[in-house]
Amino acid sequence: MTNTKIVSPKQDLIYMAILSAVVLTMPIWLQPFGAAYPDLMQKFMIFGIFAIGYNILFGLTGYLSFGHAAFLGVGSYTAVWSFKLLSMNVIPALIFGTVLSGLFALAIGFVSLRRSGIYFSILTLAFAQMSYNLAYSVLTPITNGETGLQLTQGDPRVLDRMSGIEANASLPTPNLFGIEGVGYSGFYICAALLLISFFIYLRIFRSPFGLKLRAIKSNQNRMGYTGFSTRPYLMTAFVISGMYAGLAGSLLAVTDPLAGAERMQWTASGEVVLITILGGVGTLIGPLLGAGIIKYFENIFSAFNETVLLNAFSFLPDWLAHPVASVVGLFVGEGWHLTLGLVFMLIVIFLPGGIMEGISRLWRLVTRRNKAEPVAGTHENKEKEQASAGEV
Amino acid sequence: MDAIFLQILNGLDKGGAYALIALGLTLVFGTLGVVNFAHGAIFMMGAFCAVTVEKLLTLSVRVRDESVTFFEAYKETPYLEVWFGDTGTAIIDWSVPLSIILAIPVMLLIGIVMERSLIRYFYKRPHAEQILVTFGLAIVLQELIKSFFGANPLPQGAPDIVAGSAAIGAVFGLGDAVVYPWWRLIYLAFSLLTIGLVFSFLHFTTYGMVVRAGMADRETVELLGINIERRFTIVFGIAAVVAGLAGVMYTPVLPPDYHLGMDFLVLSFVVVVVGGMGSLPGAVLAGFLLGILQSFSSMTEVKDIFPGIDQIIIYLVAVVILLTRPRGLMGRRGVMES
Repeated sequence: MTNTKIVSPKQDLIYMAILSAVVLTMPIWLQPFGAAYPDLMQKFMIFGIFAIGYNILFGLTGYLSFGHAAFLGVGSYTAVWSFKLLSMNVIPALIFGTVLSGLFALAIGFVSLRRSGIYFSILTLAFAQMSYNLAYSVLTPITNGETGLQLTQGDPRVLDRMSGIEANASLPTPNLFGIEGVGYSGFYICAALLLISFFIYLRIFRSPFGLKLRAIKSNQNRMGYTGFSTRPYLMTAFVISGMYAGLAGSLLAVTDPLAGAERMQWTASGEVVLITILGGVGTLIGPLLGAGIIKYFENIFSAFNETVLLNAFSFLPDWLAHPVASVVGLFVGEGWHLTLGLVFMLIVIFLPGGIMEGISRLWRLVTRRNKAEPVAGTHENKEKEQASAGEV
Repeated sequence: MDAIFLQILNGLDKGGAYALIALGLTLVFGTLGVVNFAHGAIFMMGAFCAVTVEKLLTLSVRVRDESVTFFEAYKETPYLEVWFGDTGTAIIDWSVPLSIILAIPVMLLIGIVMERSLIRYFYKRPHAEQILVTFGLAIVLQELIKSFFGANPLPQGAPDIVAGSAAIGAVFGLGDAVVYPWWRLIYLAFSLLTIGLVFSFLHFTTYGMVVRAGMADRETVELLGINIERRFTIVFGIAAVVAGLAGVMYTPVLPPDYHLGMDFLVLSFVVVVVGGMGSLPGAVLAGFLLGILQSFSSMTEVKDIFPGIDQIIIYLVAVVILLTRPRGLMGRRGVMES
């Protein structure tokens, strides 16, 4: 199943170049889809980072964590605290957010990775729920409870004060040496970080380390017999994916300096699982696709309401337009989660490999049809057909 | 002493709900080997059975309000009251217990349909995919409920006769000051009764014996010419009924809303894991144990020493148990030891 063919470094560079081109020109080619505004594109980037990090754990090792939102939350809280105490510059915020989430992941992973399978899922879920509940109750001095952690005028911001940047009447915004964290400049900050993290992720995929993670997924016992202890590798993968989540969390705080406990709730963990599955678990680019698609449709679908729908169906006769609009209305607007749940079920049932598997199936179908005619019956072709038939 | 006694009761009836849900989860897992994340949604749908019954019983008509004489005033009166007078009022008052009659066939049907149309295709798939597909199903079910009943909690009343509190202290010689709501006592009794029924079904009937045999060694039972798959489907239906009834009876305690199921699901899974995957007595024991622990940890005396302990105690216990007794309290050897 997993793609283990040798890829030359040159091909990877081309890969990166194409991805960079696609990501950096997003504001242009997303125009016709009506998605070319910075807020949404930043979301694509942030959840892309979250999802590729999650894929390092779930995609490569097969360990289904249901508690990754906790790391996202820790990243957000840390970033906001860094804004409050140190500086509005995003660099310390990102560094602290990532490192602290990594440490948090180390602690949780140390305990959770003692078990595997569903027990691992439950343990991570338990830890995430614990953090969520604590953030709501006892840790209120740190997390500001239900209101969420916000910036205020009176924050110390030690580094900013030292370097002579005084807060004026309005609340300061996060920035990178003067480049603002919102709007198009904010999008490019996120995009740059996405590309960097994707590059690291690509290197992990191609490295011997990545290979060992895949070995864990396919057969832990055999891995042990060949003389490798699986724990350190799992641990590293868990911490790395926790750090990715922390980075995503602190970026969320950069785009909007407000951190709430609901980011740690287990439904949020469910979302990243969903994104990864939809895109394609264990594939390189799948999670990015999944993040883009889910965030895009969330944005589009949530905007629909009854009037919009009635307008859309105005070509139908009146007696039909209302029932149709109300049925469709179940699935859009408020009911967006219903669509999401249905799509998710369909994907898991019919296409467990996600969109990437769908694409490769289509691709195989097309290429086979083209090739089959001239060289039908050759040995090589037969083999290929058998292989693809076996997988379908 | 009084406080401790009350906390034990509190814990027992919370534990009753956990135990009922966990019992169903374990039944499904033990028979079909499926990790069902939609079980919480079934609990929630049971609760909404009660809401539906109440809504149906109180279908109203506008009638002239005779007590207002200055102008023509109208008030909404349920048909039942119009037709049957006081008997109608009494029926409405008893809507929650009455909904059990509706809930049993409905939940059985829902369970069987769910198993036949979705779950059975996932017997052989990895646990991760079972978790994911049932998680998706749970989202779909709760969103459907939300779109029909709205997002707000819908309070349901217990029958008037048991709406008050029982002077339970007098019975146990603890003084009259110790009182406890009647309905919660009924819930405790009800959950014990249901648990007892499920266990006697499994242990004292031939059908249950075959089911247990199937849990232990499915292949051999099949070789003996028994259609074990059909029995397991019925067991899934029974699990759904148990969870559904737990939901129906819980409505007067906690007004149901659409994410009730998810809230309970996470806890029930923890309960199952603590009790031991696949062990029915373990699920019940862990349910009551965790319920009691949770209610003790929410006493102010305890909270003063460990702030926030009430929020995390269940998860904390789960972590400790999983690390020290990997099979849970009463887990069987060879079940889910990956």
